[in-house]
Amino acid sequence: MVKHFDTSVELCGVKLNNPVIPASGTFGFGREFVEYYDLDCLGAISFKGTTRDARFGNPTPRIAECTSGLINSVGLQNPGIDKVIAEELPNLRNIFHNPIVANISGFSLEEYEECCAKIDKEEQVEIIEVNVSCPNVHNGGMSFGTQPESAAEVTRRVKAVTTKPVFIKLSPNVTDIVAIARACEEAGADGICLINTLLGMRIDTVRRKPVIANKMGGFSGDAIFPVAVRMVYQVANACNIPVMGCGGVSSASDVIEMMMAGATAVQVGAANLKNPYAAKEIIEALPQEMERLGIERLRDIIGIVK
Amino acid sequence: MYKKGIYKIVSNEPLTPAVYRMVLEGDTQYITHSGQFINIELEGKFLRRPISVADYDDNTITIIYKVVGSGTEQMRQMAVGTKLDVLTGLGNGFSTENEAQRPLLVGGGVGVPPMYNLCKRLLAEGKRPTIIVGFNTAAEVFYVEEFKALGVDVHVTTADGSQGIKGFVTDAIREAAIEFDYLYTCGPLPMLKALYDATATPAEFSFEERMGCGFGACMGCSCKTKYGYKRICKDGPVLKREEIIW
Repeated sequence: MVKHFDTSVELCGVKLNNPVIPASGTFGFGREFVEYYDLDCLGAISFKGTTRDARFGNPTPRIAECTSGLINSVGLQNPGIDKVIAEELPNLRNIFHNPIVANISGFSLEEYEECCAKIDKEEQVEIIEVNVSCPNVHNGGMSFGTQPESAAEVTRRVKAVTTKPVFIKLSPNVTDIVAIARACEEAGADGICLINTLLGMRIDTVRRKPVIANKMGGFSGDAIFPVAVRMVYQVANACNIPVMGCGGVSSASDVIEMMMAGATAVQVGAANLKNPYAAKEIIEALPQEMERLGIERLRDIIGIVK
Repeated sequence: MYKKGIYKIVSNEPLTPAVYRMVLEGDTQYITHSGQFINIELEGKFLRRPISVADYDDNTITIIYKVVGSGTEQMRQMAVGTKLDVLTGLGNGFSTENEAQRPLLVGGGVGVPPMYNLCKRLLAEGKRPTIIVGFNTAAEVFYVEEFKALGVDVHVTTADGSQGIKGFVTDAIREAAIEFDYLYTCGPLPMLKALYDATATPAEFSFEERMGCGFGACMGCSCKTKYGYKRICKDGPVLKREEIIW
């Protein structure tokens, strides 16, 4: 008899067949990956961080390789919210039939408000993920996510104009992640997503210059996994809202570890860039890993480590 | 269309002290255009290494790479029989769907390899290509005999004059009074720009940029063009003259 392994989870009433979600910024709007595999195996997709206006982003080079990871300084390149709604969202809906997480970024409270209000009207979107943690743009993104007060203010403003579950995506580049997550929860956040990238830098020692044009960027990949697990654990234990874990996940074993730390769903980011099949392969490996660890229902292990 | 597959190294040999030719055996059906590239996974490296396709047939891919860092050094040391995880069919490549009959192909340094399959393709289409290959010095020159074997006119330039015409590829166009009605080129940025300025025919330029994924997902290699933002890995690496913003 083939044993049934239940991988389903629920995020604020949104049912996912499995907890694996490609992370924003590593999966575009799905177009590149549908050439590799049927996207419907994915629990959900978090699309590319979207702002009010179209953005080119930062100068190149934007990428620096590191041991077990990479630094990126893309700088929120995206087509802008209106084009995303008019072109990308319908196309994504055509190629993907599970929940869509809309990742929204901004440079002012008004921009967050405006974009979230617009995306909230789109029935194809199930969850809104508010990025207050992009390390690659000035006067925006991360500056909102590094203080409890400003993170809470973004949360309040977005919650006031939306009806869908709102997750706030937090930066690890802070001294007290718990204080920020709690402030978001008190301001009405339905969930927390963490972590975004760690601010990093590489230097080309031959040219004696930074590898990345913008000098610094966000470090992601396998190397940051322990930092992500630690922060997920801290936040999940301090808050009563669900957590989407993100950061360095590259195997089914990592997914389970992050869920044991307290994550209800788990995002896969940089791994998609190294291996376009990463998310699919992780999902396929889940039952075997569950069997090995004696897990029948994945949701039973969420936050099991105290 | 592009795919990931496992490829076996059938040869890996030096063309010059720093430039190597590797032949990989495996599925080539996703390579459709000259000037496309493959992206090779290397043990211990987070990012794959994008290398242009010099030539391919029904079951082999030939790449030519310069040893410039630890990744390409790793490739240099790989033994025949080693299996590699490779994404193929990446990038747009050169287009030969045009009326030109006398195309000029210009390769600079490790920009020479993609010109080889392009040259073969143009010949097969009944066109009469001419090729200029530019290097810094004679010791770096490779593939001149291979191009000659195709039966095309080959002009060699070296910056120090140690082989062929002394100077740059643009000097060769002038000195050899080459007549052409289309330009295809791949090489260092200053060479591309010099060719852009020195010629007026329709032209396609293959660009290089530091890439993340190599298949269009990460937006790491974006550039601005007159037709909007493009990704060098997915919408490029080949851009047409009329769309380039220098």
